[in-house]
Amino acid sequence: MRAVTAWPAPDIGGGTREEAALVFDKGRKHRLLVVPPLFDEANKFRRQLVEIMHRLDLSGIDSFLPDLPGTNDSLVAQRDVTLETLRTAAVAASEHFRATHCFCVRSGAIFAPADLPGWRYAPIAGRNAVRALLRARTIASQETGNKETMAELSKLADTQGIVAAGWEIGSRFYHGLTESDVPTASSAIDIDHETIGGSPLWLRAEPDEDPEQADALAAIIAIGLTGE
Amino acid sequence: MTGSTEQDHQRRGLPPSRQAIDDKLRAIIADVLGLDRETVEAFDGETGLFGHLPELDSMAVAGLLTEMEDRLDIVIEDDDVDGEMLETYGALLAFAEMKVIEG
Repeated sequence: MRAVTAWPAPDIGGGTREEAALVFDKGRKHRLLVVPPLFDEANKFRRQLVEIMHRLDLSGIDSFLPDLPGTNDSLVAQRDVTLETLRTAAVAASEHFRATHCFCVRSGAIFAPADLPGWRYAPIAGRNAVRALLRARTIASQETGNKETMAELSKLADTQGIVAAGWEIGSRFYHGLTESDVPTASSAIDIDHETIGGSPLWLRAEPDEDPEQADALAAIIAIGLTGE
Repeated sequence: MTGSTEQDHQRRGLPPSRQAIDDKLRAIIADVLGLDRETVEAFDGETGLFGHLPELDSMAVAGLLTEMEDRLDIVIEDDDVDGEMLETYGALLAFAEMKVIEG
């Protein structure tokens, strides 16, 4: 059954703070931590993530979608988030929910717990995650007659941080993202979007869900976990 | 969806290398703007894009260009992006072809 619960997340200044988590938890053997992508892709893909979690629940698998500090409904300021705070929080969530496996999506692969086995869906490097945001700002500024270039914005983001496409990105976070490739998958299996088929939902202007794609992703995970 | 049929290819009269870019570009537009493949298949060179499709706002343009870079393996510079290139489907296709040849 689906529930929203609170979990003690590591606070950015030290200590812990309560964050929300959407969970399907019946204390079962297979427990999957779900790590969403960053920025607008998180919003566009959240409905689909819940669709996938619902299917996994029906296959006898528990799953957990925690808000990491500074993401989703968290009250932590976006500008204080760094790759390190995300990594620390993801590990803390996996421990709190006693996750046995991890499913991460797109840029979620950059900060998902490295030692959990599982799946990475269409993983991308950090620099690709910020490129579209900076580009959106160059296009918006061009429309207002105040031209900014990608190079200028990248330098600004790297030294002072930036607000791009409505997201406040601190300089440490930006620097960390531009430096990060997709990590080597030591214990996770990559799922290309071509394997799933259809139109990638993270590209859409509005959040949507796709039952066939959710079926395909949930089937890969359920077969991997339960062998059924 | 398996893409366009042999008949479509003949109708557009493009050689195979240009046809591949055309197919990819239509798929990108459909994916980024959430349009039906049939709608995008019906685009011709004169079909208006920026300013004509309500789905194509500045964030969608950014997504479109970034996706073009990824799938066509090209790099799009700031100076490349202007109103003209996004005005019609034909202009965007010509731009994509030029970048693929450059790359």
